[in-house]
Amino acid sequence: MKAVVNIYLKEGVLDPQGKAVKHALGSLGFKDVEDVRVGKQIVLKLNASDKEEARKEIEQMCEKLLANTVIEDYDIEIVQ
Amino acid sequence: MRVAIIRFPGTNCEFDTQYAFDRIGAKTAIVWHKEQELPRDIDLVVLPGGFSYGDYLRSGAIARFSPIMQAVSQFAKKGGYVLGICNGFQILLESHLLPGAMKRNENLHFISKFQYIKVVNNSNKFLSQLHRGEVLNIPIAHAEGNYFVEPKKLQKMYDNEQVILQYCDQNGEYDNPNGSVDAIAGICNENKNVFGLMPHPERACQKILGSEDGITMIKGFFY
Repeated sequence: MKAVVNIYLKEGVLDPQGKAVKHALGSLGFKDVEDVRVGKQIVLKLNASDKEEARKEIEQMCEKLLANTVIEDYDIEIVQ
Repeated sequence: MRVAIIRFPGTNCEFDTQYAFDRIGAKTAIVWHKEQELPRDIDLVVLPGGFSYGDYLRSGAIARFSPIMQAVSQFAKKGGYVLGICNGFQILLESHLLPGAMKRNENLHFISKFQYIKVVNNSNKFLSQLHRGEVLNIPIAHAEGNYFVEPKKLQKMYDNEQVILQYCDQNGEYDNPNGSVDAIAGICNENKNVFGLMPHPERACQKILGSEDGITMIKGFFY
């Protein structure tokens, strides 16, 4: 089983990287960009068969290590 | 005073830190992160600066799970004094021994320079020998020192005098090199036995290094 975890700064937490990228896009002429958030993606390969159990386990991984929930949100996508 | 200085893979300020504490007459020992226990009769644990585990994932995120950190955590919970400098501060945040989190510096640069900081609260052992508002000149060197904590929690920290150091200019006026909330440079926990700061006092412990203010700071643990 393969799972994709996306981690990004919470809404309301200023994202310095996103701000810099937005600025750079603006100077390249992409004027319609209203906001940019830069996050990270973690791809996991799991030896598991039950999707729901895998999701619960990945949630624990996020809470304990993968994300810092003081400033970051995450979402989990299970892709077979 | 007996000081244990913890070394993780990627730590690089352990000897500077040892030198600084030796200068004030402390007995120091460097402790490898794989140790399960701290040396006996320790008065202070220091998590020095560096790039533990290459800053992978987030600064301090992986060091937090080193075997020695369990012992450090227990030591802190029993009221033992713990000081985290720079990467050490980041590790203490990731360990939840201190509130808040670090983000990339607002300008996205690694900042390495002398920086003035001022004492916001001295109702704690670390800064007890300094005056409120006292300005110190201490080097900073970090890429992730943009301190964040949610507003409600921040208010509680002010109420409990946990915000202990702020960045400032030479005259103690507002300056903010990295975008930290309220230009915060250092904090402590509720019980005021765990301290974290981004500036490096150990790099300012001799006139020839440009400042001796760091010695004035770390001496607080002696009293």
